[in-house]
Amino acid sequence: MGKIEWAMWANEQALASGLILLTGGIVAVAGQFRDWQFAAYAIAAGVFVCLLEYPRGKRNKGTSVERTGQYCFTVCVKSFGPLTRNYYVRAFVHAAICVPGGFLLATVLGCVCLGIASLIYLAAAIRGEHWEPILPAKDSARQPVGESIKCPPQNPPPRPPAETRRKRVDDLEGAAYVNPIPVTANE
Amino acid sequence: MGNWIINHGLTYFILVVWMAINIFLFVWFFNLYNTENKFFYTRHILGTALSWARAPAAVLNFNCMLILLPVCRNLLSLVRGSFMCCGRTMRKQLDKNISFHKLVAYMIALMTAVHVIAHLVNAERYYNSRHGLDDELSTVLSSLGDTSNSTYLNPIRSLHITPTLLVFTSIAGLTGVVITLALILMITSSMEVIRRSYFEVFWYTHHLFIVFFAGLVFHGAGRIVRGMTTLDYDVDECKDDVDKWGETEECPIPQFAGGFPQTWMWVIGPMVIYLCERLLRFVRYLQTVKYRKIVIRPSKVLELQLVKNGFKMDVGQYVFLNCPAISQLEWHPFTMTSAPEEDFFSVHIRSAGDWTQKLISLVEQLPEGAQGPKMAVDGPFGTASEDVFDYEVAMLVGAGIGVTPFASVLKSIWYKFKDSNPKLRTRKIYFYWLCRETHAFEWFADLLQVLERETEERGMGKFLTYKLFLTGWDQSHANHVMVHADQETDVITGLKQKTNYGRPNWDKEFEQVRSENPTSVVGTFLCGPAVLATVLAKKCVKYTDVDPRKTKFYFNQENF
Repeated sequence: MGKIEWAMWANEQALASGLILLTGGIVAVAGQFRDWQFAAYAIAAGVFVCLLEYPRGKRNKGTSVERTGQYCFTVCVKSFGPLTRNYYVRAFVHAAICVPGGFLLATVLGCVCLGIASLIYLAAAIRGEHWEPILPAKDSARQPVGESIKCPPQNPPPRPPAETRRKRVDDLEGAAYVNPIPVTANE
Repeated sequence: MGNWIINHGLTYFILVVWMAINIFLFVWFFNLYNTENKFFYTRHILGTALSWARAPAAVLNFNCMLILLPVCRNLLSLVRGSFMCCGRTMRKQLDKNISFHKLVAYMIALMTAVHVIAHLVNAERYYNSRHGLDDELSTVLSSLGDTSNSTYLNPIRSLHITPTLLVFTSIAGLTGVVITLALILMITSSMEVIRRSYFEVFWYTHHLFIVFFAGLVFHGAGRIVRGMTTLDYDVDECKDDVDKWGETEECPIPQFAGGFPQTWMWVIGPMVIYLCERLLRFVRYLQTVKYRKIVIRPSKVLELQLVKNGFKMDVGQYVFLNCPAISQLEWHPFTMTSAPEEDFFSVHIRSAGDWTQKLISLVEQLPEGAQGPKMAVDGPFGTASEDVFDYEVAMLVGAGIGVTPFASVLKSIWYKFKDSNPKLRTRKIYFYWLCRETHAFEWFADLLQVLERETEERGMGKFLTYKLFLTGWDQSHANHVMVHADQETDVITGLKQKTNYGRPNWDKEFEQVRSENPTSVVGTFLCGPAVLATVLAKKCVKYTDVDPRKTKFYFNQENF
């Protein structure tokens, strides 16, 4: 199991917060709640957080499972370089984004969730984790079969040493081993 | 279709019943709050959002009651025991406890979302009507206060209270926010990625369920949803003459009161049962466990043979181990590898993570002949493979570390053979062992060797058919095998049965089992990955005959 990578949980939490923020925003805008301008902001913030968090980062150890169709998001997020790579930046961005959500009841839940995600990211950053994109492996393990498969084998197949080979009992003559070079006693 | 009913019928029946209850509760309570006269004035302020909040609340009560039950392992064992007479199909459902737990959790998440959104709308509407932004009736209703001859309806009592302030100053609002947060944290930390890779995060965060249930019990205590208590009140006549309320006999000032909180009645039972489970675990934590033998096998496998008073196990069951020297809170499940006939129980522990690694190094540092570190044992808990002897023919499929439960099964069969136990209904066993490399499982090959010799001496060589499938092999390996191709025993395991290379062709295997046992009931038991489970479950359906006299395959899976 090994070392806990907090960023993995932070990622799940932040993605969920993004969705909650978005939902809260949509409800408040659709219902034209008082101060719904904050909700309009929450919609934008929710979408931004979801886009940022959708591509899952690579795990240090073991296999990383991608989210469905995350590849193009990965490329976009990767293009921001150190801004998206560094988890201190993420922790700060989330902490900043969540603040205006606190002014409207509908977005309070999303705001608090995102705050928690930000804290987990901070913990991840302090432990020295950073975001690495999951990209398809360049050299796949299985090479395509070469043209040589059509040619006859060059090397003989592996055989047991001569002395351990089984003699065919029914044909003793044929099974007898004939030395290619005459053998004489060493004098 | 017939095959499908035999294998999955009961599972889906249970799901349909569960879903039907959910739908019934939702519709019933939706209608209740949408039509009842008692809530006419409440509805006038809140609209249908009232029903949209109350209907999910009823479904939530039901599901919060259910969610604790599948994780009460002792309760499940008890139920399993009492179903002994009712057939294996019923008992098999109990092995899907965690899937059901997840399903109920999804329902809770969905209903929480609806409930929260509806209450957001409610808070806003109460605020608006308090500020006179709605019609006259709403304004009058909202300004009713707790005086000598009236009771309030709108929980926003003064004009400076905003919806946010209302939520954070009322019992319902505050507990609601806290338990929703607890729920969200529990859900995000139990995603597959986290649960599989960082179990501790999942395990500790999941204990927020204590906060969740505590909050849930008190959530209704504020009685914030209020209905009219004035009897014989004709709303249709009075709603338009707001000014004359209290002046005539027919239209007195309506009185309001909050509903009696019901949630605690739903959840108190399961909470007590779960508390008992944890108490039982604590009692077991205090019981002493003695080491009979500690063996460190090559390839870093630790075998612990333990003895505990009053411990009675069955085939293929598992225990939870807690080693206070490593962590006082963590309990880790291990499948027992000993047979019930033996006077001890054993587990094989492979170095796979932090906990197991620490345990192995602890044991390695022990002086010769010393007792091991203090160990607490909770269990045993039952899973499907105790049903192995109930089937005429058993097909056992173990993949990787998943062979462990079958060690117990095979050992037990060996003992039952020795004693010619009449309980042994099994006539034939097919055992498939799939693994990437065998050297981590030398101990298992040893066991198979002993078993092979034993069955052969008794002239029952036909009883056990086993096939080994090595999925990870390379060229040098193949050369080695070719060299020794004519030896009697296999080069890797030293067994008579030769190892196969690659994955098994399941169609061929099932075809063979069917042709060798044309009229039998075959139990298929898998301990291995989910992908294989889907494949095998499908094959079981495919090769089952609807004709009751012919071969039937039943699929069982062990959970890890």
